[in-house]
Amino acid sequence: MAVKTVIEAIRDGMDEEMARDESVFLIGEDVGNRGGVFLASDGLYKKYGELRVIDSPLAESCIVGVAIGAAVNGMRPIAEIQFADFIAPAMNQIIEEAARFSYRTAGDFNLPMVIRAPWGGGVHGALYHSQSIEAMFAHVPGLKVVAPGTPADAKGLLKAAIRDPDPVLYLEHKRTYRLVKGEVPDGDGVVPIGKADVKREGKDLSLIAYGLMLTYCLEVAEKLAADGISAEVLDLRTIRPIDRAAIIATARKTGKVLVVHEDTPFAGVAAEVMAIIMENAFDALDAPVMRVTGPDVPAMPFNHVLEEAFMPNPEKILAKARELAAV
Amino acid sequence: MASVKMPQLGESITEGTISKWLKQPGDQVKKYEGLVEIITDKVNAEVPAPLSGVLKEIKVKEGATVTVGTEIAVIEETAAATPSAPKSQPAPQTATPQSATPIAAPAPAEESATEGQGGGSTEGRTRLSPAVRALIEEHRISDAELARIEGSGIGGRISKKDIEDYVTKRAQPAAANGEQRQQAASATASALSPGTTVPLSPMRRAIASNMLKSKQTIPHAWTVAEVDMTNVVRFRQKVKDSFKQREGIDLTYVPIIVKAVVEGLKAVPILNASWSDQGVVLHKDINVGVAVSVDDGLIVPVIHQADRMSIAGLAKSTDDLATRARAGKLGIPDVQGATFTVNNPGTFGTILSYSIIAPPQAGILAMDAIVKRPVVIEGDAIAVRSMMNLCLSFDHRVLDGVSAARFLQGVRRWLEGFSEQVPLY
Repeated sequence: MAVKTVIEAIRDGMDEEMARDESVFLIGEDVGNRGGVFLASDGLYKKYGELRVIDSPLAESCIVGVAIGAAVNGMRPIAEIQFADFIAPAMNQIIEEAARFSYRTAGDFNLPMVIRAPWGGGVHGALYHSQSIEAMFAHVPGLKVVAPGTPADAKGLLKAAIRDPDPVLYLEHKRTYRLVKGEVPDGDGVVPIGKADVKREGKDLSLIAYGLMLTYCLEVAEKLAADGISAEVLDLRTIRPIDRAAIIATARKTGKVLVVHEDTPFAGVAAEVMAIIMENAFDALDAPVMRVTGPDVPAMPFNHVLEEAFMPNPEKILAKARELAAV
Repeated sequence: MASVKMPQLGESITEGTISKWLKQPGDQVKKYEGLVEIITDKVNAEVPAPLSGVLKEIKVKEGATVTVGTEIAVIEETAAATPSAPKSQPAPQTATPQSATPIAAPAPAEESATEGQGGGSTEGRTRLSPAVRALIEEHRISDAELARIEGSGIGGRISKKDIEDYVTKRAQPAAANGEQRQQAASATASALSPGTTVPLSPMRRAIASNMLKSKQTIPHAWTVAEVDMTNVVRFRQKVKDSFKQREGIDLTYVPIIVKAVVEGLKAVPILNASWSDQGVVLHKDINVGVAVSVDDGLIVPVIHQADRMSIAGLAKSTDDLATRARAGKLGIPDVQGATFTVNNPGTFGTILSYSIIAPPQAGILAMDAIVKRPVVIEGDAIAVRSMMNLCLSFDHRVLDGVSAARFLQGVRRWLEGFSEQVPLY
């Protein structure tokens, strides 16, 4: 066991998988000698060479398209999108091709590929470096979407994603890269896709989150405990396939649920979580299911005050949690 | 925005239960279109929308009971729909015309008692969350217990935690709280094998509250007369087939007894009356309620102005009311305004019945079974006669035994003197 940051855990995960399996390679903008803009692939170019750590042109459709072709031919590509905001040009490749490939070929072909994308705000990244994209892709059947929030989950889910036979969109919250530190188990430590994790047990209300919001929710749970409110924190970790059983279990346990994400609310992940609860645990509810999300605004602004206003933070979550507890 | 209030569906009715919403929030409603079904004392009534518009909000859920005048829904008026509505017609907050209810206002004491009970228990009831409802069922928490639990939530809402805390407290040995009696009670309860709880239907609740009110406020007195029904039985035997053929309905004993009761009430008007603190109200009309048993309880539809009807007319009226009662098709006027009630437990073989008066009436007469018995008749001879007991419960505040006996005597004489000369039509 060693304490690592999220970015270190991701780097370790890629390194170990590339060492284990020769078909694993990385392609993306500046991932080679530069080691990636966040240094996620720092040192890998030197270790594995230019054929396995490939600098791509500034063309996301190309990065994903190349990965799809390689995957069809038996490789296990990791395609890095420099910022999740830039993924739009690759939308056609991901949705029309990658997500449908297995379905279109009646299971004759699989695409064992990972698309890594740093997402989320709170880093003064403004309109093109701060957005949340999970809802758009989670809506697409055929794609898996994961969003780990801790170093151990970051490494374990990356390994699971690389080994998965189907395309996985791997979202790494850029604010957590160096903010969140934690123990990472030695060895493989694979974390299964589709399993949520109770990060803190509680009985009065449930906080459901993922990514950076997990860290905030754990902070909030600590503050609530000081008020005598026992909050359970469920980390979704995987957005699709979503862990319905874990969501239903925590809703049934506490009867009060607050779903938190920084993505905008309309047709978002929280809406799906709420629907699952209403359909399966209505009789156990003691209060309406609530959510804290970013506002329905086109993008996260640059101005610090406005960025603060956009981002959910521990204070906003705490206020809503107290409201829920008081119902 | 216009609010829809729980209508006053009859003078003695102080509260109503929402049976079914016929429209949902967001639905378009037309003026006079059915909006909601309401159960009052004993019938369902469809309440029409007071104006055209969009139903914005339902304020009282199905199954909840609220007092008259409580806001139950909000309708947003649509501008386009308003002009077509006739101006002269006031928004009908009352579902049915009330002209057919000649009954006097009941004693105010009774009114306020009902309001108090109704208002208190329903308030919290409508706000229970699904989790709380489930816990209440699981731990068999009674309404009385629930009323004692203090809600810690917003607006005094009882939360899941409140119930859990209560259950924990309840489970602690009673002796620790010094509640010896409760301990004894729970010991008895645990000695019983658990039974099943049948949920209360709105009708069951209405009957329970009416009967309780009656027994708590009316000093009941009871008296019985034995009537020789031989003449009536013979007459009925003789005409029943042709009657059935001509009228399409059976000629039962009920209309004949009702006719006799009408004659009795004419002779002793003090029994066709209601108690009030201001004085005894003597009713001009004789409206006779006839108890009809239905699937889930009892309904008492009313033959209005029974004193103006022939036996055949009473038979038709009784048959019509009973048929509609069993089909659940009675309207509010059908159950309103009785000044006296006739009950017929005798069909089930009873020989002495002690009925409870339906407030604000002053009496109720039970017809018990007609049985053949050896009877000493004129000239000290013994003969087999068809005998029946008529049992009268009366409000001793309104009248005394003398008047009651005189009434029974009138009824008895009319029945015993029955002959073919008594007109059927």
